Amino acid sequence: MSSRRTSRWPIWIVLLIATALVSLPLPDSFTPFRPPWATLAMIYWIMMWPRMFGIGSAWIVGLILDIQQGELMGQHAVALSVVAYLTLRFHLQIRIFPLWQLTITVFALLAIEAFIMFWIDGVTGNPAVGLDRWTQVVAGAVFWPPVMAIMDRVRERVEHRGRAFT
Amino acid sequence: MALSTPDSDQRDFRDTSPGLRLFLLCFFSIALMVLDNQNQHIQDVRRILSATTYPIRWLVDAPFALGHWLGDSLSTRTTLHAENRELHEQILTQDARLQRMAALEAENTRLRALLESTAKVGDRVLIAEIMSVDMNPFRHQILVNKGSRHDVYVGQALIDAQGIVGQVIRDQIFSAEALLITDVDHALPVELVRNRLRTIAVGTGDLERLSMPFLPRNADVREGDLLVTSGLGGTFPPGYPVGVVAEVSSDTGQPFLKITATPAAALNRVREVLLIWPEPTEAAAAAIESDAENTAVADPAEIAPSDDSMPAAADETEAGSSPGPADGRFAETADDTGENSASPSSENPQQ
Repeated sequence: MSSRRTSRWPIWIVLLIATALVSLPLPDSFTPFRPPWATLAMIYWIMMWPRMFGIGSAWIVGLILDIQQGELMGQHAVALSVVAYLTLRFHLQIRIFPLWQLTITVFALLAIEAFIMFWIDGVTGNPAVGLDRWTQVVAGAVFWPPVMAIMDRVRERVEHRGRAFT
Repeated sequence: MALSTPDSDQRDFRDTSPGLRLFLLCFFSIALMVLDNQNQHIQDVRRILSATTYPIRWLVDAPFALGHWLGDSLSTRTTLHAENRELHEQILTQDARLQRMAALEAENTRLRALLESTAKVGDRVLIAEIMSVDMNPFRHQILVNKGSRHDVYVGQALIDAQGIVGQVIRDQIFSAEALLITDVDHALPVELVRNRLRTIAVGTGDLERLSMPFLPRNADVREGDLLVTSGLGGTFPPGYPVGVVAEVSSDTGQPFLKITATPAAALNRVREVLLIWPEPTEAAAAAIESDAENTAVADPAEIAPSDDSMPAAADETEAGSSPGPADGRFAETADDTGENSASPSSENPQQ
């Protein structure tokens, strides 16, 4: 039960870095290809540590993103909750996927998130022009393998340390 | 981690029903969105939450601020010299212009006193820095490092050295979000300096372009006309430059001209902006009536502390043609209030 004993701080530190990366200023030509870092990190943690990070936590991350990005409060929150639910529901299947299948799944999850965001934007009368939202989904899928590699390393280190200390 | 760990098998132990949880959270989120979209009930909640996420923003901004600081402190003597000389020249030319301004301002105040109108007193300003934080990529929003702790309020106008930049839409305690004038949701009441034609300048979503869609085909607009704020609507103080008309095209099939303007402010290059506190007109009028000394607000950052407020000489002059572009607020609001209703989004950009 190592993962049960390990504290939750690595999750939140990684998510803090991810939310900071989301608002890191980039040149205008790069912004369409900015991956949704926070969503990627969240999918990873739910997939790997479903007991430590659930829908409620995803909702809080979404709310932080909303406030930080100056969007409608609840917009990211609802999108991330749905993504979190789907990831949680299928995490046992997703986890054993080979990397390419996993990447496709992540792509689908990101597309769902983007669609919810897009939809809410439309309903509230602030339609987002341009394809940026969708290119970001592609960028997210492209960046998934390296993100996963880094996160695996972080998780292994945390788990080993947890085992050593407890 | 092994594939089926005990923790995943016993997931249901803690999390009784993820579906129900999702449903509740969705419901709560929708309620939150509805409230937030109406823009009133949960402003305080948002303000406090924003203050708690300020460290993240500060963290993102810190390397850039450090870079600027290093750039400032490591610049060589020669560059400093050059910059100093350049600034000196700028001050000289601007001083020369100011001399004329002083005379004009005195004249203006005198004329206004004759009209029993309010004098335009120097607005109080505060310099704020734009934080290097990317906001929602689909909106033209910026984050400045002054918040309600510094008396920033929602609807406050932001300018830079060249012109109007935008207005504050959310004041947070340590920072404030502002909407640029080029955002698609933004509209501001403007007038042409040449003939004082009033209209609305609407953002296009392009940082280099404003559009003015409400002028009829026979309107007298030319390329190169300077636009200034008209002060209608009350959000922006009158007389600040907004932009220059870049293109006027009239299509015979259309009832309105298609006009684009280039914003005067360097919207994509500014780092420092000025927050303006316009002088409340009634209070200013009262101040002139009661005592002439009471004009200046004690603030070191104030520009143009005008001490030359003339004693009011009552006269029955009709509000006729006013000489300067930076006046006429009184006459304007009196004769043309209908135009005000044409700009709902200048009051409330979050429609």
